[in-house]
Amino acid sequence: MSDLPITAVPPVARPRDEAAMSRPLLPLRVSGLRLAADGAALLDGVELSLAPGGCTVIMGPNGAGKSLLLKMLHGLLVPSGGEVSWNGTSAAQATARQALVFQKPVLLRRSVAANLDFVLKARGRDRSRRDALLREVGLLHKARQPARLLSGGEAQRLALARALATDPEVLFLDEPTASLDPASVLVIERIVGAARDRGTRIIFVTHDVGQARRMADEVVFLHRGRVAEHSHADVFFPEPRSQPARDYLAGRIVL
Amino acid sequence: MQSIGEAFHLALSLVLSGEADLYEIVGLSLRVSLSATVLACAIGLPIGALIAVSRFRGRGLVLIVMNALMGLPPVVVGLLVYLHLSRSGPLGFLGLLYTPGAMVFAQTILIVPIVAALSRQVLEDLHAEYAEQFRSLCLSRWQSITTLLWDGRYALLTVGLAGFGRAVAEVGAVIIVGGNIDHLTRVMTTAIALETSKGDLPLALALGIILLVLALGVNAGVQALRMTAARQAHV
Amino acid sequence: MTIARLIASTALTLGLAGGALAQEQSIIVQSTTSTANSGLYDYLLPIYTGESGITVNVVAVGTGQAIKNAENCDGDLLLVHAKPSEEKFVAAGFGTERTDLMYNDFVIVGPESDPAGVKGMDDVEAALTKISEAGALFASRGDDSGTHKKEVALWKAAGIDPTAASGEWYRETGSGMGATLNAGIGMGAYVMTDRATWISFQNKQDYAIEVEGDETLFNQYGVIPVNPEKCPSVKIDAAQDFADWLLSDEGQKVIADYKVDGQQLFFPNAPKN
Repeated sequence: MSDLPITAVPPVARPRDEAAMSRPLLPLRVSGLRLAADGAALLDGVELSLAPGGCTVIMGPNGAGKSLLLKMLHGLLVPSGGEVSWNGTSAAQATARQALVFQKPVLLRRSVAANLDFVLKARGRDRSRRDALLREVGLLHKARQPARLLSGGEAQRLALARALATDPEVLFLDEPTASLDPASVLVIERIVGAARDRGTRIIFVTHDVGQARRMADEVVFLHRGRVAEHSHADVFFPEPRSQPARDYLAGRIVL
Repeated sequence: MQSIGEAFHLALSLVLSGEADLYEIVGLSLRVSLSATVLACAIGLPIGALIAVSRFRGRGLVLIVMNALMGLPPVVVGLLVYLHLSRSGPLGFLGLLYTPGAMVFAQTILIVPIVAALSRQVLEDLHAEYAEQFRSLCLSRWQSITTLLWDGRYALLTVGLAGFGRAVAEVGAVIIVGGNIDHLTRVMTTAIALETSKGDLPLALALGIILLVLALGVNAGVQALRMTAARQAHV
Repeated sequence: MTIARLIASTALTLGLAGGALAQEQSIIVQSTTSTANSGLYDYLLPIYTGESGITVNVVAVGTGQAIKNAENCDGDLLLVHAKPSEEKFVAAGFGTERTDLMYNDFVIVGPESDPAGVKGMDDVEAALTKISEAGALFASRGDDSGTHKKEVALWKAAGIDPTAASGEWYRETGSGMGATLNAGIGMGAYVMTDRATWISFQNKQDYAIEVEGDETLFNQYGVIPVNPEKCPSVKIDAAQDFADWLLSDEGQKVIADYKVDGQQLFFPNAPKN
């Protein structure tokens, strides 16, 4: 009963070196990170260290380079300069042990269940977990429906379930709830919070200050392609130390 | 002009008369061209998908060659296949010349470039949508290709249809390698050519009308399939 | 799964196609188009197959191409009408033996308006001279077929080189007899054709036979089994059986019996044993 052509394919050789697997991905060290396109520096001299555990929220005005930074940390974009080091793990290894939920979910042209089956199969995970994952994101009753007919909130929940299906050690989320209804926002925040409580390192980009307050253990504030501030949430929200962050939190336009 | 009306009338009475010869020719046309389409898809789709997801030196050149081969003249393909399948040719031992197999062979070669080039375009567009997600999931190239092929299946139906349309309509290749042998390798197009050469223009035109209706039927079937898929947002 | 199944069924189709041919006795005849287009085979082959159980598959092409195909071993029997080429074919060892089978004759057909005024002539050289002098359109096969070779020989005998006017009044279609008739009638040109094709041709419009009866217009058909020494794949026994039947009293009678609109198309003239 497989509608997946992938079934006949032998599992791909993936970096599965036991010693490398046992080494934790964190701490993360980013030094002198630079990304340039057409001569313009989009990110320039990003310095950042992240410790294990918790949820880091990346904030900043439009064009600050939040999504680009996320994609470089995940290994989807190659930096023009500088270094991203996941505790000495190779880039391919690191990507394989992480997952990213995009702002606009890219779902396969298949049923909801088949979208999860695909990832579980492709990544060599236990396929019997599918229904549990669907239940966790509240989509079990829609398992047989075409994924691309889901509402925005449902689609994003499915994308989140797909990300969790790979048992990521680091879960990136790129404004996952932008333009979603409040109910879906709550469900997604609850699931992400649960993942964090289970030990998954969360790195979350958002525009929404309220969401940042609810989710963040610490905040990285980007401004003009650099880290303007990196503070614990208890410090950042009541007393931001940098001027751009103060302006941003106060609702002033930050260019 | 009067012969067109005559041809429509003749076409209708031919179909209604249930003449076995006609059904034999129609059946062979469909069998040969559908077989060629399936084979061409089995060969051309993976090629198109591989090129869609790959970036390499000389890729532009490959695309130009592929697109140019879409215009392969059937008669040239027929001649090349004849030279290979001829008893004195390198594949003569197969004994395929003047059989439906030879016609499938020739039509397959004719439409592989069409399937490869058009599927490359379709799958490249799809890949643009999926690429980041695939890289995040660390899919191998093979996994990417099979996923694109499966998810693009309904769009690829149109590609197959383009190949089928070209195969079922061509006469140059099948008449050389098939020989237009009655009850063995006579298909719609070679029958039309024969009737034209006999000067029986109304009959030739009537056969042409039947061929057109067949092509319409196949297209309508595929379109219905695509619309079902579109309702499920699978397109 | 779907793709695998489709490929499997395709392979089956191909297998069936190949298998059907291998099971029963069948031969391939490389033939001139005139015999095929006239309907002779449709009449004659069911009779032969009924008696012998041998299926005869006819590939109808111009004599030039038929001979080429046979030289490539892509046929078991050759049935064409260009005696010098046929004799060359046998002399080169490709055929076992050439035998006269039947004849008909060539005619020149033209439009009712008869621009060169050749209607009723029975001297073909004089008629061709009149056509060339009048610069009246003449459509030639131009395809190295038996009919074309014959036509070229007739022009030569008349001392005319029509190819000097190629593209002007002399139009070489490079196609089969039927296509050349269609083209010639379309442009109002004179066309030389074998009588059998003309009688069974259905797009005559206002055309009629204008020149006939010259003994140089005689059109002899020959039959030649392909030589198994050159082509080991040849089914010589079946091919010889068919050739023998064609040349037998019975085969000759069947040929004589074939009529279109009450007119006999081919006249058997195999040598009596």
